Amino acid sequence: MKLKSMLLGAIAGTVVFVSGQAMADTSGKTIALSNNYAGNSWRQAMLESWDKVASKAVEDGVVASADAFTTSENQATEQAAQIQNMILQGYDAIVLNAASPTAINGAVKEACDAGIIVVSFDGIVTEPCAWRIAVDFKQMGRDQVKYLADRYPEGGNLLEIRGLAGVFVDDEISAGIHEQVAKTNFEIVGSVHGDWAQDVAQKAVAGILPSLPEVKAIVTQGGDGYGAAQAFDAAGRPTPTIIMGNRQDELQWWKEQKTANGYETTSLSIAPGVSTLGFWVAQQILDGNEVPKDLTVPFLRVDQDTLEEILAETPAGSVANVEYSQEDAINLIKSAN
Amino acid sequence: MNREHLRILLPVLSLGILLAAVFYMQPRAMSYFGLNLLFNLAVPVALATIAQMMILMVNDIDLSIGSFVSFCACVTATFVQTDPVIGYGILFAAILVYAAMGAIIYARGLPAIVVTLGMSFFWSGMAVLVLPSPGGSAPDWLRALMTAKTPILPVAIIAPIVIAVVMHYFVKRSSLGVLLRGVGGNERAVARSGWSVTGLKAFAYGVAALFCVLSGMALVGLATSADANIALRYTLLSIAGVILGGGEFTGGRVSPIGAVIGALTLTLAASFLSFLHLSPDWQIGAQGAILIIVLAVRLVFTRREALV
Repeated sequence: MKLKSMLLGAIAGTVVFVSGQAMADTSGKTIALSNNYAGNSWRQAMLESWDKVASKAVEDGVVASADAFTTSENQATEQAAQIQNMILQGYDAIVLNAASPTAINGAVKEACDAGIIVVSFDGIVTEPCAWRIAVDFKQMGRDQVKYLADRYPEGGNLLEIRGLAGVFVDDEISAGIHEQVAKTNFEIVGSVHGDWAQDVAQKAVAGILPSLPEVKAIVTQGGDGYGAAQAFDAAGRPTPTIIMGNRQDELQWWKEQKTANGYETTSLSIAPGVSTLGFWVAQQILDGNEVPKDLTVPFLRVDQDTLEEILAETPAGSVANVEYSQEDAINLIKSAN
Repeated sequence: MNREHLRILLPVLSLGILLAAVFYMQPRAMSYFGLNLLFNLAVPVALATIAQMMILMVNDIDLSIGSFVSFCACVTATFVQTDPVIGYGILFAAILVYAAMGAIIYARGLPAIVVTLGMSFFWSGMAVLVLPSPGGSAPDWLRALMTAKTPILPVAIIAPIVIAVVMHYFVKRSSLGVLLRGVGGNERAVARSGWSVTGLKAFAYGVAALFCVLSGMALVGLATSADANIALRYTLLSIAGVILGGGEFTGGRVSPIGAVIGALTLTLAASFLSFLHLSPDWQIGAQGAILIIVLAVRLVFTRREALV
């Protein structure tokens, strides 16, 4: 009997796969979000997005339930225990933002062995049985320079604002910037650490400004563009093209400048709504679709035309966000295949 | 029923009640597989709690246990895996450092709380040096040991029982155990009757370090790799575990069986709260509330004890 049903299942699976359309039913499936930290605006927005999209999906009968869990402390051992509890609770899929890329591998392996789909995003895990939706920080650096090269093919001087020294993300973004700059006519004439904070960036830029020649543009890492603009303003120097990082204060300043003098730039970062991408990817896997183990998070880009629209949706003190849809996930999977 | 029995009764009861509640909410946990999942992360916590108990037994307190266990985990995931000789050499040297720290604390009359707090930064630094970014991998035998499919009872249940029984015989039955408890009770009396308190303290710290090493290894066996911050929580968990298990901060009054049960109870309390779907904002508070309830009940017990 068991063999027969397995065979039937296998046949059904093949049929679904051949027809290329997801037909397996996920309405009885349960998905859990395992989150390790909720103490900043990005993570809060991430949880809100999950709640919004997941509860809608439950209402529509796409999945049976999609609960979110956050550990009370940002510790790998806590999250490992949390994942083990989820195995006991019998979830079909676990979507997680990991406290450590390696320290919860044991628990993730146990979940996989119990037949649970594990999808990690943002804070990814290295355990091979899990899916990863990773952020390509290098690409984030490259994209900034690409935009500038399109606007100023003749090149010019660049000021680089980096993040927190010694952090992996800072090294990666900066490496991407330098890699791309080498292929253009730009030259990086100064580099300061802004620690992803407007006040730190402002001080750092103000400090290096007197020693700089004319600056054509500023490449940043997010959370530092507004501070840089303030420093240039205070020094009475013409404002260069500052690449923004989707923070509300940055977008607000950009809009004011746009209205006043037609200022043009671009802004890119990772949307906290990437949790919903994790949700849909997990749903797609449960649906029986072939999904490659490594996917890349798309950047949320704000440009001259979409600025007003996105700014209007971004609460003060927060960061521009977007919730992903099932189609977005399907497109992402297609492009990776 | 004597005082010893009364002292152990409460931890056993609290574990029993929590376990019953978890089984009620999640019947799936009532299986070999379920018990293993519920308790396997309690094994390193139990080992760290025994380590803390050794220190509390001689009237000191150790605030570096979490970072020391993290350090041991990092060494296990790197050197022990690649060059076992160097790896075990480092762990052995670390145990000697711990023993020396115990001796110095007594010989110079230093407050243990300050010395161990300082050492916690040292161990954290060493852990980052050994493993600058999260990674490493567990030695195969360790992984096999921690995930072994033992008959009838899972490793997660056998290991705490073995730890509790072995330490019970060592602390409560052996003459060395009596001496060590004596150091906690009245170190001057022990010194006057001709024993070297420095040596005894060094020994207690050495045993504690040995258990931290075991805890770090068990953790790597479960997690498959390490992280320099992997066990920072163990410092407070281990203290709470000892106290929950009927131990006291002073006087050499500790119970190894109680300490292990305390560690299991703390681990289970976290699972219980997560099964309740309690919001994370409330979880830390609720965990604290469970601790306070158990300790309050214990106070009632000990008051009655004093009256009898």
